[in-house]
Amino acid sequence: MEFLTEFPALGRRDLRDLRLAIDQSFKNFSREYGEQIEAIFDPLLQFLIGFERLLQSTPWPVFIAVVCGLAWLASRSIRIVIGTAISFYLIGLFGMWEDTMSTVSMIAVSTLLCISVGLPIGVLMSRSDRAQSIVTPILDVMQTIPSFVYLIPVVMLLGIGKVPGLIAVVIYAIPPMIRLTNLGIRLVDSEVLEAADAFGANPWQRLIQVQIPLALPNIFAGVNQTIMMSLAMVVIASMIGVTGLGQPVLKAVSNQYLAMGLFNGMAIVALAIIFDRISQSYGQRLQKFRQNGQ
Amino acid sequence: MGSNMTTKIEIKSLYKIFGSDPAAMMEKVRDGMTKERLNDEYNHVLGLNNINLEIPEQGIQVVMGLSGSGKSTLIRHINRLIEPTSGEVWIDGVNVLSMSESELRDFRRQRASMVFQKFALLPHRTVLENTQYGLEIQGMSDKEARQRACHWIERVGLAGYEENYPGQLSGGMQQRVGLARALATDADILLMDEAFSALDPLIRTDMQNILLDLQSELKKTIVFITHDLEEALRIGDRIAILRDGRVIQQGTPQQIVLKPKDDYIADFTRDINRGRVIRLKTIMKPDNGQPGPELSGDMLVEDAAQLVTDSPSSHARVMDGDSQCVGVVNITDLIRAMARPDIESRIEDL
Repeated sequence: MEFLTEFPALGRRDLRDLRLAIDQSFKNFSREYGEQIEAIFDPLLQFLIGFERLLQSTPWPVFIAVVCGLAWLASRSIRIVIGTAISFYLIGLFGMWEDTMSTVSMIAVSTLLCISVGLPIGVLMSRSDRAQSIVTPILDVMQTIPSFVYLIPVVMLLGIGKVPGLIAVVIYAIPPMIRLTNLGIRLVDSEVLEAADAFGANPWQRLIQVQIPLALPNIFAGVNQTIMMSLAMVVIASMIGVTGLGQPVLKAVSNQYLAMGLFNGMAIVALAIIFDRISQSYGQRLQKFRQNGQ
Repeated sequence: MGSNMTTKIEIKSLYKIFGSDPAAMMEKVRDGMTKERLNDEYNHVLGLNNINLEIPEQGIQVVMGLSGSGKSTLIRHINRLIEPTSGEVWIDGVNVLSMSESELRDFRRQRASMVFQKFALLPHRTVLENTQYGLEIQGMSDKEARQRACHWIERVGLAGYEENYPGQLSGGMQQRVGLARALATDADILLMDEAFSALDPLIRTDMQNILLDLQSELKKTIVFITHDLEEALRIGDRIAILRDGRVIQQGTPQQIVLKPKDDYIADFTRDINRGRVIRLKTIMKPDNGQPGPELSGDMLVEDAAQLVTDSPSSHARVMDGDSQCVGVVNITDLIRAMARPDIESRIEDL
């Protein structure tokens, strides 16, 4: 009867030994290779720091003008431009300008990283069912595993700071980029692809002239999701030393500062809405050819 | 027509079997296993069954068949979009199936272009950019490609629509873009896969006229797939009829209409307007000196009937290319040729 009521788990000692063994071997690994791995990420750190400095040293009117200009180029919507200007003005008014610049630079760098890593992986997945069957479960894990769990090895390996924070954000935010690139390319009309073959396109020409342009609306939905998820990760990443709007939120949570939490939270929401509207309306403008007829 | 032309494309004992292990099925098919048995017992589909076809240079070869007959599969073997299970496709003395990947790409870029049933245009590119597509792949400079594309857009009657997107055009106009795109590469072989089947009847006739007009000047080797016998008779110099992956008859439009090889083809041809297929030299009788308008031997019976009716004489004199009289027809012959009854008995040799 005991067999049925008690799960035949491993013994307490066995489990402890197992955990210790895993911990110890990872500690050894990070002691051995930690510095080298840190060195690999050094250019990324320099870029991150440089970009953050650039944003923070830019005079605020110039920054607002540049962002509004980008918003106009991407969306061609005066409403979005005005909304952007007002949001940044309010953020500055409530004394959150510097933190916001840190967060914007973090989001920008992580989005760039997600695109430059995620796009090729998505393309690879779309070309081979085998690659897809390998990558899909990894993405499932990345999206469902609680983010605190992978913060542990990242911190053990790289310590606390911007780069581990960036890695945590990228792990969290890259899956939609990869998935939607893969999906978008797989959805490209097979007849158009056949035409490309019939005119003698090589695989690269097929990819650049047909597959990516036709997958672009989906790819852009992926970029949009990636930006949104990076922003959502900002607060958690502040736990391991990422500066920006997340840190005051963290402070507000631990000290029960309601107003502080609200202000910074609202600033994150404002950024999210701005980025979302701009990237979405750009994505829609890419599909302009689909209007009229058909 | 036909025998005096050189062969451009020669398809030799071509087989295509779809399924998990086509090579293993080849022997059974060669030994005469039917399509049905192959499907029922071995779960393989016999797409093409021993196709042998000689396609003349500078002519329009129509391949006609109903859906499932294998005609679209066949045309895709010519530029090897589909690999055969067995067989050869010779074009100007080169076997397409022995080409390396890069040779094949070159062949597709320079030698054979294709027009598709559902147009297959790039929706994110304008008419001009679509027409330039093949040239871009060839690596032509943008300026030259643009010039050439503009020329062909004008030739297919789309001048003024260069900056429109395909989604803004009607089906007929989209297929003109498809045609311009195919012609722009300057390939000497044009593969047309049910190119006009998706169009309304009136627009289809328009497109047939455009094609015939262009062909009279360009003299390309055209392989044209269709399921419509009227279309086949109208534009084909030669017609091959495909059924269940097999060529059941090939010949000129007149041969198909006047001497259908079996009941299946006879069924098809029964409702055809013979006056638009049969030519004077087919039904003429020896010259008996009767006066009348002088007509070309290649003239269609229907057109001749019109002219003879309008003339004071009830006869027409049939002339050859050197303006020599080679025979006569009278109005009764013309009417008899257009009527449906079996006239095979009256025509010994075609």
